[in-house]
Amino acid sequence: MFHRESGYFKTTYQADMALFPLPIGRVAIAGLAVLFFVVFPIVMDDYYLTLVNLAAIAVVGALGLNILLGYTGQISIGHGAFMSVGAYTAANFAVHFDLPFWITIPSGGILAAAVGLLVGLPSLRVKGLYLAIATLAAQFIIEWTLNHTPVISGGVQASIEMPRPVVFGNTITTPTEMYLFLLPISVLAIIATLNLVRSRIGRAFVAIRDQEIAAEIIGINVYRYKLLAFMISSFYAGVAGVMATYYYGVANYEAFQLPISIDYLAMIIIGGLGSVLGSVFGAFFITLLPFGVRIFMETVGVFFVEGVYLAQVIAQMRLIIFGGLIIFFLVVEPEGLNKLWQNIRNYFRVWPFSY
Amino acid sequence: MTNTAGSGGSVKLKIQGVAKSFGGVRAVTEVSADVQEGEIFAIIGPNGAGKTTLLNMISGFYHPDEGSLMFENHDISNMRPADIAALGVARTFQNIALFRGMTVLENMMLGRHVLMKTGVLSAFLYWGPAQREEIAHRERVEEIIEFLNLTDLRKTPTGSLAYGLQKRVELGRALAAEPRLLLLDEPMAGMNQEEKEDMVRYVLDVNQEWGTTIALIEHDMGVVMDISDHVAVLDMGAKISQGTPDEVRADPKVIEAYLGTTDHKEVA
Ligand SMILES: Nc1ncnc2c1ncn2[C@@H]1O[C@H](COP(=O)(O)OP(=O)(O)OP(=O)(O)O)[C@@H](O)[C@H]1O
Ligand SMILES: [Mg+2]
Repeated sequence: MFHRESGYFKTTYQADMALFPLPIGRVAIAGLAVLFFVVFPIVMDDYYLTLVNLAAIAVVGALGLNILLGYTGQISIGHGAFMSVGAYTAANFAVHFDLPFWITIPSGGILAAAVGLLVGLPSLRVKGLYLAIATLAAQFIIEWTLNHTPVISGGVQASIEMPRPVVFGNTITTPTEMYLFLLPISVLAIIATLNLVRSRIGRAFVAIRDQEIAAEIIGINVYRYKLLAFMISSFYAGVAGVMATYYYGVANYEAFQLPISIDYLAMIIIGGLGSVLGSVFGAFFITLLPFGVRIFMETVGVFFVEGVYLAQVIAQMRLIIFGGLIIFFLVVEPEGLNKLWQNIRNYFRVWPFSY
Repeated sequence: MTNTAGSGGSVKLKIQGVAKSFGGVRAVTEVSADVQEGEIFAIIGPNGAGKTTLLNMISGFYHPDEGSLMFENHDISNMRPADIAALGVARTFQNIALFRGMTVLENMMLGRHVLMKTGVLSAFLYWGPAQREEIAHRERVEEIIEFLNLTDLRKTPTGSLAYGLQKRVELGRALAAEPRLLLLDEPMAGMNQEEKEDMVRYVLDVNQEWGTTIALIEHDMGVVMDISDHVAVLDMGAKISQGTPDEVRADPKVIEAYLGTTDHKEVA
């Protein structure tokens, strides 16, 4: 029988607090691990691996933004800018000091966190729309600064060519190798986030989101924790920025402009605010959406649209679907794809009993 | 049934001439009082007397315009609420302030925030110190849940609980912090007789078994007279009387203040 919760009792608090308290959860995780680490690299062709690589980078960035917005309730429209801080930090460290990835990645995160701390300062005074605008300003200020400071951004087109990462003496070159380089970082980020949100700190974040006054009164230093959320969120963004830089082979602020910040907001809104799994869903969904639209239009759309207009229609379709989905999820299902998944899961949870 | 646990102790909370105005409204004027270690100290008074404002100053939600507040050896007059909580002061609210989306268990674990130490790095790692801390604190929280007879509801989101139960969970969240001073703002308001009796029982048990000093605001005079060691009476922001329940009950000023209100029958 496939009973999930029926007939399975947790006997210790440790078991009750485990990430995957039910055996079937652990089986599913093992299956996913085999799928992503063994099957995909073998069977997927380079094009699809490239897409999954982009999604793997987005997962890290989306987790970071979800910690800030989904868990702590503080908005940021400057997520892309923090990624660019990580990107240029890593590129400079790798080029000028010849530092390996295991140093460039955390240092990109740490520098982004430091900038995040500064950008988070307004959150101590303002909320909502005003905070959104403050972080939007930060996005532009950081962009402008990077673009106009050759010491940081290299000079020509504000680009720095990124050396390929070297892992255990092997230089990463093929998409498969890149995939196996990026994926473990994303997995680490997922596990770290799951741990964070079930800890004292994660609970404090949610408390601030739900009831700031009550949070303060039970002893949560709201100022400190809001800044902490900004720092952690920016750390993730910085790491994602470094990953993207290794992936593209170049650090350039143009890869991290306002539309990217909006993409990340869309990911966590569509995936599910305040949900780790939702961040993963959203990251994959938004990353794969343009490719899905293209495939759909090239197979089905050709019957309705003349060839010459197809490219234009595809470009517009993406924006329309993108906007439509954000509105749909904001209005109809604020808990995002994660909630839809929960519903499906809960249906089978007590199966075969329907009550 | 006067509780004797509190007699003969030192001063836990020293309120010295505190005053607070909001615009033109003088909510609290020149109030002084000593709350003794281990006692139940009741604050009573008609609506708008300034009781909640006084409690808000003790928990750092407002800072007094004048006067000072000493908790144990700390001047808490201008401290932030979170820092006062960290010193060992916990409270409940007149209009319940639970985290409604979170379960009973999560609310109470949050109550223990000030007692827990896990930092960012160990939170990310979790396995090891953070997990050990979670388990240790979870065990204490389960004891409190059992004490408050909330065992069956531990995984229920608090927003979906009945009003009386929410009040009980809020008490539990405050208790979870193992406070040395517990502030309760009308813990029995809006409850039926049975719920009130339960709540009185919990308050007395906490005071007697854990030795927790309690300052509470309550409108039900029967309850106040029964459980308090000392009572302070506020009216229009000023303290008009203080003493044992019997002394206060006999004070002509108190009777006069209450005669103007519909509560006077309960006093007499
Ligand atoms: N934040 C505030 N801003 C303005 N006025 C306030 C504020 N808080 C309290 N007051 C005023 O201060 C006075 C005392 O209010 P308080 O809430 O302390 O009374 P209370 O004794 O708790 O009354 P109740 O029994 O109705 O709870 C009232 O006149 C109230 O309107
Ligand atoms: Mg009040």
